[in-house]
Amino acid sequence: MSQGKLKPEELARITYQPPAKSWTDPTVEFRKGVICYGAVPETLNYLDLPHAKKWQPTDQDWKLPPDWKKIIFEGMRDRLMRFRSFKVFMDICVRCGACADKCHFYIGSGDPKNMPVLRAELLRSVYRRQFTKAGKIMGAMVGARDLDEKVLKEWFYYFYQCTECRRCSVFCPYGIDTAEITMMGRELLNLLGLSIEWINTPLANCFRTGNHLGIQPHGFKDSVEFAVDELAELTGIKVKAPINEKGHEILFVAPSADYFAQPHYFTLLGYLALFHEIGLDYTLSTFASEGGNFGLFHSNEMMKRLNAKIYSEAKRLDVKWILGGECGHMWRVLHQYMDTMNGPADFLQVPKSSLTGTVFANAASTKMVHISEFTADLIRHNKIQLDPSRNNHWNATFHDSCNPARCMGLFDEPRYVLQQVMKNFHEMPEDTIREQTFCCGSGSGLGTDENIESRMRGGLPRANAVKYVRDTKEVNLLVCMCAIDKATLPPLLEYWTPGVEVAGLHELVGNALIMKGENERLTDLRGTPITKPLENKQDAA
Amino acid sequence: MPRDFNRIVLGLAVFLALVLTPVWTNLFRSVPPLQDPEIATRNIPGKDKCVLPSVEMKVTHMNLLNQWRDSVVRNDQRDYATADGRHFDMSLSRTCMNCHTDKAKFCDRCHNALAVNPYCWDCHVEPLVQPASMGTEVR
Amino acid sequence: MKFGFSLLILALLIVIPALGASLGGAPFWGIVIPYCALLIFLVGFTSRVLKWAKLPVPFRIPTSTGQQKSLDWIQHSPLDNPSTGLGVVGRMALEVLLFRSLFRNTKVELKEGPKLVYGSSKWLWAGALAFHYAFLIIFLRHFKYFVEPTPFWVVGMQNLDSFFQVGLPMLLATDAVIVAAISFLLLRRLLDARIRYISNASDYFPLLLILAIAATGILMRYFFKVDLVGVKKLAMGLFSLKPVVPEGIGAMFYIHMFLVSSLIAYFPFSKLMHLAGVFLSPTRNLANNNRMRRHLNPWNPQVKVHTYEEYEDEFRDVMKAAELPLDKEKQCPKAS
Repeated sequence: MSQGKLKPEELARITYQPPAKSWTDPTVEFRKGVICYGAVPETLNYLDLPHAKKWQPTDQDWKLPPDWKKIIFEGMRDRLMRFRSFKVFMDICVRCGACADKCHFYIGSGDPKNMPVLRAELLRSVYRRQFTKAGKIMGAMVGARDLDEKVLKEWFYYFYQCTECRRCSVFCPYGIDTAEITMMGRELLNLLGLSIEWINTPLANCFRTGNHLGIQPHGFKDSVEFAVDELAELTGIKVKAPINEKGHEILFVAPSADYFAQPHYFTLLGYLALFHEIGLDYTLSTFASEGGNFGLFHSNEMMKRLNAKIYSEAKRLDVKWILGGECGHMWRVLHQYMDTMNGPADFLQVPKSSLTGTVFANAASTKMVHISEFTADLIRHNKIQLDPSRNNHWNATFHDSCNPARCMGLFDEPRYVLQQVMKNFHEMPEDTIREQTFCCGSGSGLGTDENIESRMRGGLPRANAVKYVRDTKEVNLLVCMCAIDKATLPPLLEYWTPGVEVAGLHELVGNALIMKGENERLTDLRGTPITKPLENKQDAA
Repeated sequence: MPRDFNRIVLGLAVFLALVLTPVWTNLFRSVPPLQDPEIATRNIPGKDKCVLPSVEMKVTHMNLLNQWRDSVVRNDQRDYATADGRHFDMSLSRTCMNCHTDKAKFCDRCHNALAVNPYCWDCHVEPLVQPASMGTEVR
Repeated sequence: MKFGFSLLILALLIVIPALGASLGGAPFWGIVIPYCALLIFLVGFTSRVLKWAKLPVPFRIPTSTGQQKSLDWIQHSPLDNPSTGLGVVGRMALEVLLFRSLFRNTKVELKEGPKLVYGSSKWLWAGALAFHYAFLIIFLRHFKYFVEPTPFWVVGMQNLDSFFQVGLPMLLATDAVIVAAISFLLLRRLLDARIRYISNASDYFPLLLILAIAATGILMRYFFKVDLVGVKKLAMGLFSLKPVVPEGIGAMFYIHMFLVSSLIAYFPFSKLMHLAGVFLSPTRNLANNNRMRRHLNPWNPQVKVHTYEEYEDEFRDVMKAAELPLDKEKQCPKAS
């Protein structure tokens, strides 16, 4: 295949006919556009990770340590003892095929090994050979394979072509979760120093500076101050954004991209405006300036190492509870892992909105509230004034990010907020939203440039559903609550579904929010002029 | 042990107990041994041999009776000739039960044991255990 | 090839008892084999489940397939995203009894455009459900051979099963259903290129084996009749641990019995263990109360973290220049 950029109509020529050769043949072709760069030794060394080396997946020689098989087998044995999920998922799959066409990478590539069942069989085949009697005796007939270098390369290829989105686990009759399988696969590969640069560099950055982007404290402060100034220009109100201050009620943690990247940045303006308007007593932190956690895409230990800073910073700053911004995988870590890994957060209090009096009993132990829960509660209690017509230039649909959808069930809070701050909202087809939502195709550390073809393929189902509402409902905005979405959906939509932009929920909240003493809003937070009643379809009707 | 270990063991125990229901119901209950049907017949001169060998009758009597019923009711054809040239009246009451008089021992033993509920006796009247002469048949 | 291998194994499992029983040694086929199989099943099944049960569940990772419980006024899905133990029981019941997740199944098609179209696809669900329930009912019906007197519910079940009153002996609906359902599941594996691609021999084999068991059962009922009282004597002898082998039961029975023995002996070492595993899947059997109650990881590792002190030490100068608050004004206090 050519290395130039493929046209959408070329990429969409997908065949679902499996090849003649059996899947047990591990040969894969590492080519540009589908595979990420290997992790550089400096980052591995900085994080005290083993077997750092200069290396690329496209190299013939992966510079494996001589006892690499032993390391993998020991690693498998160890994880089979520590994770019931891993062991059970290795044992009980019946290969019914229900998961097959649920994976966005399979739908977008037609590569049969992107079927979740086969992604797991890649590990299972080695597991059977090494750890089960049937596999030792019956071999290939029960789908057992020996581990060799080709198999290892195949693992790398396919475990970095899974975004851990868990869509397959919704349909599996036994709840087998390919995210678990991929996490185990990546942990095993890590034992040999085989990881990707796009995960390990953010890890090292985050460990050192507190955020994936490696922004140092003064840079972080600059960026926040810049946002404060910009908001003042747009609204005439100069808000306060405390940083690293002790004794406030709330620590606010967002994904760091919100401070530095577009269109995330407009969401940050939305947060700042909202917090000012309700007089929220909060502080930001430079040390915990990253809610996201690429450790989730690396290993449970790394996840814990990065996540630790949130509770420790909440303790140091002596806050009562923690509020979290819009981010997908960040919320998987906060919801399903943080308390277990770094709790108990007994130095914090059960979150309570000082404005509405609502006690967030659903966060009684973790003490961290999702901002859409917080804002939905505010709106429900009429604590903020909104002018939805300021979003009339948008005709929006909502993308459920994988992790808040399938790890939390956060569906109706953002929809409620969205429908209060804007008038024109249309859902995408029901097989592509809520628990069945499709990944952006770039999650779990795969949102980089060198694997762009993979990303476009993986994002096809999502983009195609957007296309449907663009064409039938004239949707021009995709709203989401995830930093990776905000970074990777714009190029995805530009490729498959031009004419649809991407925004965070709180950008729209910020647009609609009526602030006391504000200037008349002539533009939205992006600086786009608000064409008020003119294009208001609802009023015209 | 994980928190749910006890619950899993309990579930396992319940499952095994259910699977082994036949074992413990048989072990902890005295069940009278299953009895074979009593094939003993009245001695009727000239009718000392059944229409078919008993091994065959054991497994195919229901089909034979079904054929007889159809033949009599639908075709008014009552004569049954055996392979070795003997002739019988196709009749449950007058032929079969005339020799094998004790329904309880001849029919019910197996039928009860195997939960078979034939509808013969929906129409036919079961013969008295010691009939004086021929069985009666009602229509 | 994989299918052929499964077929070959099945053929052996039929030929062996057919030849064997005709050569005699009824006690071996009627007593030793079933006892061995049952023993293997009990020990294998138990040890497999205990092995799973002993493994820790480090993280609480339910897959949420419905609205979470958060604010009072937002309608929450107690069964698709349970937040309590009771809700989990409900979710598991739906999963185990009605195959809830499989019911969600969809089918994707790529059309010109490109345009992806999702359609409901319930055949797998229907086939699987039909197969499992037919199997269960047939198993329970067999209690008439296991227990004396025959339990009333077996009689009731049998009467319902022969509701249509077709044939003699009357056709049992579940016999027809199980043959149809297995055939569907088998044909699906063979004819759908995608499913054929993912199938191992160990996927065809149980289907073939169960089909053969059903077939021999039906053959015995209609064509190769056996002495059922003898069968019941043998079965009850086995279960009351006083085994007997009545004479002249019929070869087809020994084939049937050998196949059943093969199935239960094979069970603990195969994917059939999904029977127990479905209850142990952490994405289904845990409540999504993650932020309400802390979940403990028994091996929660000690990890090297980057502390705020180290961070401030590294960045103190730039923080000071940016007028960010500091915990310590200067690095390395001279005292201490």
